[in-house]
Amino acid sequence: MSTGSTFDRYQHGDSAIHRLDPRVKVVITLLFIVSNVILPDGAWPAFAAAWGVLILASALARLAPAFLLRRSFLALPFALAAVTVLFTQPGQPLWSLRLPGSTLAISDAGLVRFASILARSWLSVQMAILLTATTQFPDLMHALRHLRVPGVIVAIIGFMYRYLFVLADEAGRLLRARAARSAGTARGSGGGRLVWRARVAGAMVGQLFVRSFERSERVYNAMVARGYRGHLLTMSPHVITQRDRLALALALIVLAFIQVAGHSL
Amino acid sequence: MPIQHAETIIDNLNGSRPATVHVANLHFRYPDGTLALNGVSLQVAHGEKVALVGPNGAGKSTLMLHLNGLLQGEGNVEVGGLSLTKEHLPLIRGKVGMVFQNPDDQLFSPTVFDDVAFGPLHMGLPEEEVRKRVQNALAHVGMSDAASRLSHHLSIGQKKRVAIATVLSMDAEILALDEPSAGLDPRARRSLIGLLRELPLTMLVSTHDMMMVRELFARTIVMDGGRVVADGDTATILADQALLEAHGLELMV
Repeated sequence: MSTGSTFDRYQHGDSAIHRLDPRVKVVITLLFIVSNVILPDGAWPAFAAAWGVLILASALARLAPAFLLRRSFLALPFALAAVTVLFTQPGQPLWSLRLPGSTLAISDAGLVRFASILARSWLSVQMAILLTATTQFPDLMHALRHLRVPGVIVAIIGFMYRYLFVLADEAGRLLRARAARSAGTARGSGGGRLVWRARVAGAMVGQLFVRSFERSERVYNAMVARGYRGHLLTMSPHVITQRDRLALALALIVLAFIQVAGHSL
Repeated sequence: MPIQHAETIIDNLNGSRPATVHVANLHFRYPDGTLALNGVSLQVAHGEKVALVGPNGAGKSTLMLHLNGLLQGEGNVEVGGLSLTKEHLPLIRGKVGMVFQNPDDQLFSPTVFDDVAFGPLHMGLPEEEVRKRVQNALAHVGMSDAASRLSHHLSIGQKKRVAIATVLSMDAEILALDEPSAGLDPRARRSLIGLLRELPLTMLVSTHDMMMVRELFARTIVMDGGRVVADGDTATILADQALLEAHGLELMV
């Protein structure tokens, strides 16, 4: 019944990475992403070094070697949005396609830029995956809250996370109810025509919306009943230790090295 | 200091004890025009455990929502000697622990700890006190080792227990439970009944579970059509076949 594991990205473990304070992990992840973004195009040794850091961290977290790689492919299609730079960067044409009225040419500079964008997004996504794989979602939210992310945004993320599971269960029940009544006859196949299916799916989305809307009212009642007056309060169950400070310092040094390497080559 | 009003001193079956819940001539109409409460009057004495039964749409849940001011109809509602007014609302919400029917509505935080801490935190208690209360509340419902678990990983029976803990941590004096045994398997239901029996709190429990009523509550209030149609000793009410049939209730023996 429960769809728990469908959305949970957390990989249970008790490694050095798992035990780091979530705030430190969030900050390091953000710094890592920023560092990737400001590396110049074609700084391959620096990108390779960043990848090395990732591999090391994922090994420290005792994740399976291919874990990050496998999950990261999910986000790769988004990098395809950058495919236009292949054709728009001025430079030596490597390959061209003649179209009626114009020519599409891939330049060497365009290729380097495209590959760099791909590398940046791919590394950043892997780091984010590492963060969510080693940090429980509630800890992540506490971290955001205590890093001064506006409370409303954190609360929305929190409710989304909590009720995603409830909604998914509800959607599952609706789907099952549809399947149970999508009987076939001896003459025709079961399941109905495409238009009919589409109409049922549309109605189900509407149903889900109405149910969620009604639920939101009940949840709000439950909050008010326990003293909610417009400000969400949470407690931080975490304390920054010496180890956390060390990890943060180490990360800063490594990222600084990567930057120096990237910009001097 | 609670103010003692002369009229809140009532005589009931158990002798003379001050009423902690006092509802007089309460009317409520939903915005869509449905008259949900049509002159409800009842009193619950301190420490009393009362069952509230009646068909769907009788007004049970609507009445419960009035006890801590989530709905405000016409009439008089007093809790622990405080009349239900805007100034008293925060105090009254601390006194009345509402446990809603669906635990997924009650447990809105990601972890069990966060949910049980929600009430005390929003009462403005210091963090140390909050932690202590969360521990105590979870221990009371037998869920001590679940503090760091995620609410959606719990079974329905566990969710119900945690839902009760979320109001125990507020140090509620009165528990208002809406259909606590609905949807539970026999074992979870049995353990919930045990829990309710042991909690030394005033309780108003809306339910269709007549077997639980007979087992747990000395007093029963029957509602139908927005009114209290019977109020008294559970054994007497459950023996009144005509009354039960007239209000769509049945007790299988």
